[in-house]
Amino acid sequence: MDLYEYQAKQLFGKHGLPVTEGDVCSNIDAAVAMSESIGGPVVVKAQVKTGGRGKAGGVKLAKDPAETREVATAILGMDIKGHTVHKVLVAHAADIAEEYYVSFLLDRANRAFLAMASVEGGVEIEEVAVNNPDALAKIRVDALVGVTPEIAREIAAAAKFDEAIQAQVADILVKLWEVMVAEDATLVEVNPLVLTPTGEVLALDGKVTIDDNAGYRQPEQAGFDDSAADDIETRAKAMGLNYVKLQGDVGIIGNGAGLVMSTLDVVAYAGEEFGNIKPANFLDIGGGASAEVMANGLDIVLNDPDVQAVFVNIFGGITSCDAVANGILQAVDQLGERVTKPIVARIDGNNAVEGRAILNNANHEFIELVDTMDAAARRVAELAAARKGA
Amino acid sequence: MAIWLNEDSKILVQGMTGSEGTKHTRRMVKSGAKVVAGVTPGKAGADVDGIPVFNDVASAMVATGGNVSVVFVPPKFAKAAVQEAVDAKMPLCVVITEGIPVHDSAQFYQYAVNAGTTRIIGPNCPGIISPGKSNAGIIPADISKPGRIGLVSKSGTLTYQMMYELRDFGFSTCVGIGGDPIIGTTHIDALEAFQNDPETEAIVMIGEIGGDAEERAADYIKEHVTKPVVGYVAGFTAPEGKTMGHAGAIVSGSSGTAVAKQEALEAAGVQVGRTPSATADLMRKILS
Repeated sequence: MDLYEYQAKQLFGKHGLPVTEGDVCSNIDAAVAMSESIGGPVVVKAQVKTGGRGKAGGVKLAKDPAETREVATAILGMDIKGHTVHKVLVAHAADIAEEYYVSFLLDRANRAFLAMASVEGGVEIEEVAVNNPDALAKIRVDALVGVTPEIAREIAAAAKFDEAIQAQVADILVKLWEVMVAEDATLVEVNPLVLTPTGEVLALDGKVTIDDNAGYRQPEQAGFDDSAADDIETRAKAMGLNYVKLQGDVGIIGNGAGLVMSTLDVVAYAGEEFGNIKPANFLDIGGGASAEVMANGLDIVLNDPDVQAVFVNIFGGITSCDAVANGILQAVDQLGERVTKPIVARIDGNNAVEGRAILNNANHEFIELVDTMDAAARRVAELAAARKGA
Repeated sequence: MAIWLNEDSKILVQGMTGSEGTKHTRRMVKSGAKVVAGVTPGKAGADVDGIPVFNDVASAMVATGGNVSVVFVPPKFAKAAVQEAVDAKMPLCVVITEGIPVHDSAQFYQYAVNAGTTRIIGPNCPGIISPGKSNAGIIPADISKPGRIGLVSKSGTLTYQMMYELRDFGFSTCVGIGGDPIIGTTHIDALEAFQNDPETEAIVMIGEIGGDAEERAADYIKEHVTKPVVGYVAGFTAPEGKTMGHAGAIVSGSSGTAVAKQEALEAAGVQVGRTPSATADLMRKILS
């Protein structure tokens, strides 16, 4: 999960990184009060999980509390690339002499971690990587060794930080690595890291991505979850379902992440022939495909107003298809009158013949069985297009 | 031959006394795999259907000659379990467990690299099967039969789907390498092993969005693989920034897209199918 800037700032502060004074505010009065308590000029920053806030007018300076009121009024509620601004960060506006960049990230290709550092910060680091690759130091970090003070100094030196501040930067790198490990992060980035005219080095803006798999040992991070997420996603998550909302018309339920991704693709291809019908969601009910999870999944998907028809695509591997077929029937029984949209089912794999016979014999008015994945995708796209047109 | 797993493989199950461990131990045994031992700390002397349980991997190996370990322990204990297998110099360690924090995976992977004596497959994978010879993990054994196709895939159910589509041809070995961001065995490792395996005639490679493992595999194929390879990539319709089920399946900005992977594979001479069944058809044409 990507964190908001203010959450990243909180984690930085917790682990002793030098940050500016300030905190998150969710209304205008709180922003003004924060500005008064900080004293002097502040920066008011929209808290949204997308880039380009500055260009969109979501980051503004205010010289005093009165100006903070004006600026916060303008920023709160504004829309930045489809994200409504519900919160602003109000922080002391530091004087900046120079801007740098430092980060640690998971390096999938090398199956380790990577330190990146540059004295050209404050801009998109991807641009530095392309236009001036020599200005970006990249150093592998061994997962077992981590970032010792010696390694931190090597990184600072490799990035050609001025010798006068190398020790300060190295200290920041050690603490930033502590954030990475202690918080189970897969990315910690400070951009910009700034030098003030008085020689202080401060983390001015930060980005942190935390590992969802580590939630069990990071109880404090539970509060980071974003309740403004799509409603259906929130409900699905509460049911323990692996669900992602998409923009489309065909509800998708399958077992196994790879098979569900593949199902989305196959439905989108078939949908091209029927006026650009697209999948409405990703929903993986797991390899076992139990009846209870199937019922929860169908409930979520059928309740999505965007959904015109549902495609249940199950490969019976560990669970045999007769059990899957019974599970589907139990699920539609449980849902009763809530089943109002056509469901196209494809079940294949172990005991497929028995499973199909069970569904055929049930003769349910909303369930249609199709033998192959490709043909089922065509059929469900056709049904969705017909209902959408109607 | 097959790769990494054959009729001489003696399987040891870490976490055998747990519900998943017991269930899949029985399935492995039923499929003809030689499961020789279980490991659960504190449960030495117990057994599962007559298969003895030991406190630790080292003593289980000494007593039974186990040379493949399959890990079913919960995420919390997975790192310790894998490192124990590495300490015991277990040649192959197949980590089925889903949901392991990636810092733990990065650490036990590095631990195994430093030791240099253990190949890790997974985590978050269905395991490896050499039909008719052995089966280490949760891949259903009755989908297909022994044959001459090698299969490597990030996804479990797409592995099963592809085995089913090509069940009449059969497989030398099918490896599910897992959908996590850090995995012990990559597409490239499997491609290299299949290239060197005289029993494997052609290779199916299944990838999905996230990372650049498929692109690097494409480079490897161009340089080193002379056997025919067909490919499939899942996730063309996945939106940017959303994790699609597997922890590693995420498009970040413009990187990790299915299109980029398909293009890289095609540039390396790999025929890429648009759907799983179209991919299977490409393989049929090659083999018939």
